[in-house]
Amino acid sequence: MKKYEDLKEVHIDVLTEIGNIGSGNASTALCAMTGRDIVISMPEVRFLAFQDAIAHSGNPEQTVAAVLVRLKDEVEGMILLIVEHEFVANILNSFFGEKNVDLLTLNDDEISALTEIGNIMSHSYINAISTLAGLQIGTDTPSFTVDMFGAIMSVPVIEFGEVGEKLLCIDKVIEFDGVKMKSHMLLIPTVKSLKNLFEKLGI
Amino acid sequence: MISVGISDWKIVTPPDTLVTYALGSCVGICLYDKMNKIAGLSHIMLPDSQNHETSETGRMKFADTAIPDMLNKMIKMGAIKSTIKAKIAGGAIMFKLANDRFNIGERNVVAVKATLQSLRIPVLAQDTGKDYGRTMIVNATDGSVIIKSANRGAWNL
Repeated sequence: MKKYEDLKEVHIDVLTEIGNIGSGNASTALCAMTGRDIVISMPEVRFLAFQDAIAHSGNPEQTVAAVLVRLKDEVEGMILLIVEHEFVANILNSFFGEKNVDLLTLNDDEISALTEIGNIMSHSYINAISTLAGLQIGTDTPSFTVDMFGAIMSVPVIEFGEVGEKLLCIDKVIEFDGVKMKSHMLLIPTVKSLKNLFEKLGI
Repeated sequence: MISVGISDWKIVTPPDTLVTYALGSCVGICLYDKMNKIAGLSHIMLPDSQNHETSETGRMKFADTAIPDMLNKMIKMGAIKSTIKAKIAGGAIMFKLANDRFNIGERNVVAVKATLQSLRIPVLAQDTGKDYGRTMIVNATDGSVIIKSANRGAWNL
């Protein structure tokens, strides 16, 4: 396996299942933190052409908030949580009772709350993989930013751009109190780490 | 406006304008021949094509292949090399991470400048590095370049 495109159906199934368990964990964590009803959709394993990865249904300039957590040790890659204004507004409302949230003028408390949420959700994801495959996965300190969707997605696109023309994303949509919000949690492993993972699982 | 994707370049003449959206750590390179009014815009992802297979589209990914290719095409279309000047934008660090081993934004900017220097194309203006995404709009009529950001508004480069 040299490129993401070499993955077979069985691999995709396993990745979906991993994403599924990870979603469950992440939902539970998010419900506990916010006291709100949160559902995270069945994950979708997608191979995104770079153009599509940054295009965001035709609006690469849309302002979004994002938390990036880098993975290291036996699984390398990143988890990227990208959320739109509505999601941030709901989260900050349940945390601080805030009504008027502007992504571009978040204060330090709001930023650290959102970073922590990204961090906890990422870790519940990582724990799922770690438990399932018995792999040691470390993380770096999470990093938060608010910027254009395309500029944020350029980070994984560039990092994985050396090995191919496509990006493998395990993508999930988050529902908040029954409302689907455009929020994406992307697990983006390196090709080498995927090899590791499938070897461990005997596939 | 004609859109230039990631790992892509295009060339236009008046009255057309070129746009490339949401440059993060990527770099946008505008080459403009003021006399013949020929404008090119390239959106590169990576600094160096060495150790990579470079198909025709693959060459658009790297600074060291995309810029000379676009320049050659501009010359074929009637541009005169000695009148071509560059404006560049992008190469940001989107996430501040402790001991970031990548800092690809900065490496991209360095590679773009080195390539332009080796081609003897002067850089008229630049808005590079820092920590924000940029959209770059190039007007072929006068070679003007507008930069837009999410939280800093828009300005002329």
